[in-house]
Parts: sequence; C-alpha cells; structure tokens
Amino acid sequence: MDYKEIIASYADKPGGIIEAFHAVQSQLSYLPREVIAEAAQVFNIPVSEAYGVASFYSMFSTEPRGKNIIRICESAPCHVAGAAEVVQALERELGIFMGESTADGLFALEFTECVGQCQATPVITINGEPYLDVNAATIPGILAKYR
Amino acid sequence: MINLTIDGINVSVSKGSTILQAAREVGIYLPTLCWHPDQAVKANCRVCVCEVEGNRLLQAGCSTPVTEGMVVKTKTPQVIEARRTILELILSNHPQDCLNCIRNQNCELQDLANEYMIRDNPFELKVRGYKLDRSTPSIVRDQDKCILCRRCIDACSVTQSVFALGVEGRGVNSMVVPTMGLPLMESPCVLCGQCIHACPVGAIYENEQIDEFLAAVADPDKIVVTQIAPAIRLAIGEEVGMNTGELPMEVFVTGLRQMGFDHVLHTNFTADLTILEEGNELLNRLKEGGTLPMFTSCSPGWINFCETFYPDLLDNLSTCKSPQQMFGSLVKTYWAEKMGIDPAKIYSVSIMPCTAKKYEASRPEMNSSGYRDVDLVLTTREIGRLFRMSGMDFNQLPPSDFDSWMGKYTGAAVIFGATGGVMEAALRTVYEVVTEQELKDVNFTGVRGMEGIKEAAVDLNGTEVKVAIAHGLSNARKLMDQVRSGESPYHFIEIMACPGGCIGGGGQPLTKANKKRAERIEAIYVEDEGMPIRKSHENPEVKIIYDEFLHEPLGHKSHELLHTHYHAKNKRYL
Repeated sequence: MDYKEIIASYADKPGGIIEAFHAVQSQLSYLPREVIAEAAQVFNIPVSEAYGVASFYSMFSTEPRGKNIIRICESAPCHVAGAAEVVQALERELGIFMGESTADGLFALEFTECVGQCQATPVITINGEPYLDVNAATIPGILAKYR
Repeated sequence: MINLTIDGINVSVSKGSTILQAAREVGIYLPTLCWHPDQAVKANCRVCVCEVEGNRLLQAGCSTPVTEGMVVKTKTPQVIEARRTILELILSNHPQDCLNCIRNQNCELQDLANEYMIRDNPFELKVRGYKLDRSTPSIVRDQDKCILCRRCIDACSVTQSVFALGVEGRGVNSMVVPTMGLPLMESPCVLCGQCIHACPVGAIYENEQIDEFLAAVADPDKIVVTQIAPAIRLAIGEEVGMNTGELPMEVFVTGLRQMGFDHVLHTNFTADLTILEEGNELLNRLKEGGTLPMFTSCSPGWINFCETFYPDLLDNLSTCKSPQQMFGSLVKTYWAEKMGIDPAKIYSVSIMPCTAKKYEASRPEMNSSGYRDVDLVLTTREIGRLFRMSGMDFNQLPPSDFDSWMGKYTGAAVIFGATGGVMEAALRTVYEVVTEQELKDVNFTGVRGMEGIKEAAVDLNGTEVKVAIAHGLSNARKLMDQVRSGESPYHFIEIMACPGGCIGGGGQPLTKANKKRAERIEAIYVEDEGMPIRKSHENPEVKIIYDEFLHEPLGHKSHELLHTHYHAKNKRYL
C-alpha cells in the first residue's frame, strides 16, 4: 500500500497519527518528510506539530535506516549478562557501529530500554521479535534468517 | 472568592486564580521564565516553585490553582535552594558568554542568575553546539541559548497562527526548531519577529546590521539618507531611558544627524502618499467591480503570510508598495532629481519597527529606481544601540527639522503605526474625495484599540462601505477564511501582522506584555491630535510631488514606482 492510503485509513481515529506512523514505518522503516507532511494534512494539524510527534517517540525514526531494525537492550540486567559482547558481535558481523545502518540497507543497529524479558538475558529484538539468551556465538545464525 | 495566606499575608482572589496571580495581588513576585503575561500557562521551567502546606513536593506557582485555606510559603530556604538548583540546571547547557550576547543586561535568565546568586555552578557546563541559523535576512536563531520555555512557539502558533516553530525530540535532547528541523527560511516563518519579544534570553534576535551602517557613513562617496517609520518616535525613548512617547521628534532628528545621516527624511511622507494611491485604488475597485475586499499591503509580515497561506487571495491585496518601499523608489528618483544628487551615491537607510522589513527591502523586485530601493533596514532596537554607544544625552540635544521634499507629514501618517491607523487615515481621505465635503470629525474611534478584530461602516454619498481591521495574524486568518469561503461582508480590510500594529513590531524595544503595546498606541493618538494637518491629501509636499512628478494617483509614474506584484511563496511544509 502507498503511504497516502495507509495514513488515510487511520484518518477517523482519534490520535490516529501515531498508529499511522507505525503502519507507514513498518513498510519504509522510517518516516520520510513527505509522510509527516501528509499525516499533518490528513489529521489537520500543522506540519511542525506532526514533526514534533514523529521526533518525540524513540520508536520512530525521521532519518533513513536499514530495513531490519535490531535493538539491543542496554538496561542493567542485560548489561550484567554480557550485552557489551553482543554489541561487539553485532558490530563485527554487520561492519557498522551502534546507531548506523548497513550500506545494503538491510540492517539498522539501535539500543533500547528493557523489553521485559529479563528471565533470559541478554535480549535483542529484530523488527520487534525478541531473541533471548543471545551471545556472540548465536548472532551469525540469527542474522542469517534476515539476509 | 478564595481565601488563602501567602507568606503569612491574607489574600482573597477569584476562583481559578493561580498562586502566582494571588501573590502579585499582595506584592509578592515569584521568579518566572516560561510564564508570559499574555500566554497560556506552560509550567515547564519550574523556577516559580513554592511550598504549599500539606504537599510533600514543591508546587509551581504559575500553574497551581489556589484553594480555600491554602497556606503558601514563597521564600523558605527550601524554596530558595530548589530555585537555585533549577537555575543551575538551566545554566548547565546555556553558553556563559553574556558579555557577547545581544540580550546582555536585558535577559530574564541573567537577571535570575544574579538575583539568586549563582556563583559556582556545581553542574559541568555542556553547551549543545548548534550552528547559528542565519538563513533569513531578518531573524537569527541561536539554539544553544534556548532554555526550552516555548514562549516563542506560543507567539508563533497562538498569536500568529504561523506554526513555524515546534519541538523536536524529547527530554534533554529536545530543541525548539523550525518546521521539520529545517532552516528558518524554509519554514512557513513570515519574519514578523514576535518570537523575539517572547524569548526571555538571547536565542532569537534581529539580524544586526549596524556595521553596514557605520561603513556607509565612513564612505565619503556615499550620501546617507534616512527615513523613519511612524511607529519609531514614540518607542525609541524606551531605548534611551525615557518614557514611551517622551522623546520629541525634533530631538530624535538631531540625534540621527549626529550619528552621521546626511539627510533625515520621513516614511510618514510616503505613508500619506500611500493613502492617496491606496484610497484611489479602493475607489476604482468599488466603481469598476475590481476584486473586493481590498487588503492593505503596508505590513511585510502580513504580505509574507498572505503569500504563504492565502496565495489564492493575492488579487485582493492592494498593489501599493509599503511606505518604506515607496520611499525607497522615490528617494533615488524624485528626491535625487530635486536635490541634484546622483542617485548612485545615495545610500538609503530606513529605520523600522519591523524585522520583516529587512526581508522586504531585499526582495528582488524592489529596484524600480534602477538601484536597490532601500539599501539597509535598521530596527528601532538597533538605532537604540547606536544612540547608547554614542553617549548622547537627549535631554540636552537641541531640536532640528526634517529635510525637505520628503519630510513633511500629517496626523494621518502618524497613526499608520497603530492597528486601525491605516484604515482611519484612508477613511479621512476617501470620505472627502468621494463626498467633496469637509470631514467634521476626523476621529474614527471605532477602528482604534487592541481588540483583535474591529469593524466599521462609513456612508459615502449613500453607498455604505464596510471595513474591518485585524492585528495579529491569527485574527487575520479569521478574516481571510471568511473571504476565501465567499462570506466576507467587507469592502476594505486592514491587516497588520503584529499585535497592536507596527508599535508592537518585531523590531521594537522588547515588549514583554501587550500592556506596553496599548501604551504606545495611546502615545500615537496624542501625537496625531497635536498635528496641524491630519488628512493625508492636505500634506503640502504630497501636493507638490503630484504636481511636479507623479501627476495623478495610479498614473503611469505611480505604477512604475509605487506599485508592485505579489508571488505565491510555495513553501513545502505548512
């Protein structure tokens, strides 16, 4: 679906702009300016306000980024369980640093706060899907599914 | 009424009042930064915190409503310590270069840091490191200085309905940015400068061009000529330690000569001329079925607004240039000829209450004299700084007169500086032109004052002409939506972008409350009352320019020099 149709499908929902942004982002992996401007028009608010919404939530990105969004938990339990090694493994495997995207546009690396799976740390999520008890050795296998 | 005590003093205030309002009733002033007398409560800076008995935590005075029997303490050690910590935190990412700051000694944060004795800030200074935004010719933004109070956003959104400013990001990383985080010039900003008045610190200010002026004065080949806008005289006193309206015009003129202006002329002259051109344009449109209602075109912030948000209504705008630009094209043609001066040598400087005028002067079409019509625009505040650095004592300066041919003006021109003034000036002339009878009472008091939208009807030989006046662009928007939907009952609409009109312009002495604007308006009508001539068409120099040069209103020469065209701005994001 084209982003205009996606946004239009939320037009009648109160506060629907946030849901519309989620829906568009799941297709494009970020919110381009045209999307923010279109949403402003559909929800009848100034563009400056729509941009405020898009830039407020850490789940939204207003900058282009890789298609598969890998988030690693930086909260204390994962940290204690060795999240730093997982970060290193991800960076090595993908050839990018945290906060960057791969040149082929396939992956983006981001930190996240606790995702509520502290029984099986360290935790990463890829496109919202949690992977539990990860370590440096299991990373290549997990990434292979998305290549 | 609600009864409470503040610092042991009994106070009775109406229901719905806040602690801050109640405290002021008994002369207790809470410190504030995000609070603004003409805006909604934001309660984000927290510097007004107080102790309220029964509450574990300190409460923000600006947003806490009073309750019956409430006991408030505003100056306990706990309160003072909390306020100091709040200030220290705000200062922890605020550049500490007060000496170089345009708002040095006129800064609400600096005042509070001084009052609360902030000496050794325990928090490490971490300046955010943004680049200055110099994308517009009018306004500069220094985001490093921003304290995120959001008063500028309120001015831009609520007062002006421009919505060029918003917040990007969240928490410690949040920042006030133009639409989409783009440079200001790419946002829908109309350059009115009301955000400058709203800013408590030095995060938004005018593009200062004093050095360009000094360079022109130093150049022996340049003849520096000035024009002064109607709203300047009464406000400039505020910049040199006098009351509003207290500095006499003739002394102001002497001050300008002392600063190096070779010829001191007056925009009021072209304000009178505007009335003749615009008044006749209105009569033509009424007679020949032209586009109505006609909109005034003196306010460049308003022109930017119309070109940005109402490009479908550009035909309604009067084609008259603003008085500043009429003056610019005439000073290098008519005046140069009359004075026997080579127009190439003329450096024309206008003194304006307005930041948008800097942009207007730089418009590519504003060169009908064959040169750039207005070389430099200085705001009232910039002239105030020039005066202060010169060390002049205005109580001792002798008076002097304006120079000839474009220096005479009437009371009608004087009131151009206030909302409703252009309309009143136009009515004074149009009435006499149409009815060929003398107007007995020149005071159209119905069009005066700070009410957002005003209307009036005038009987012109049996034809009723309906007029409306709006100041502040959110009020203008209401009238424009009416015009767009075809429901506007009016023939003539005056719009000034800034609240109160030019007297509250973005270049005027910093105006912390609308109350000040009302004071300036009063001063302007006092000046009008005192003028020997109060109708534009009776200005003797205006008569001369039509006899010798322009020949008739809306004639060939007028069209060439005094009228213009408008262009849709096509901004990408509104």
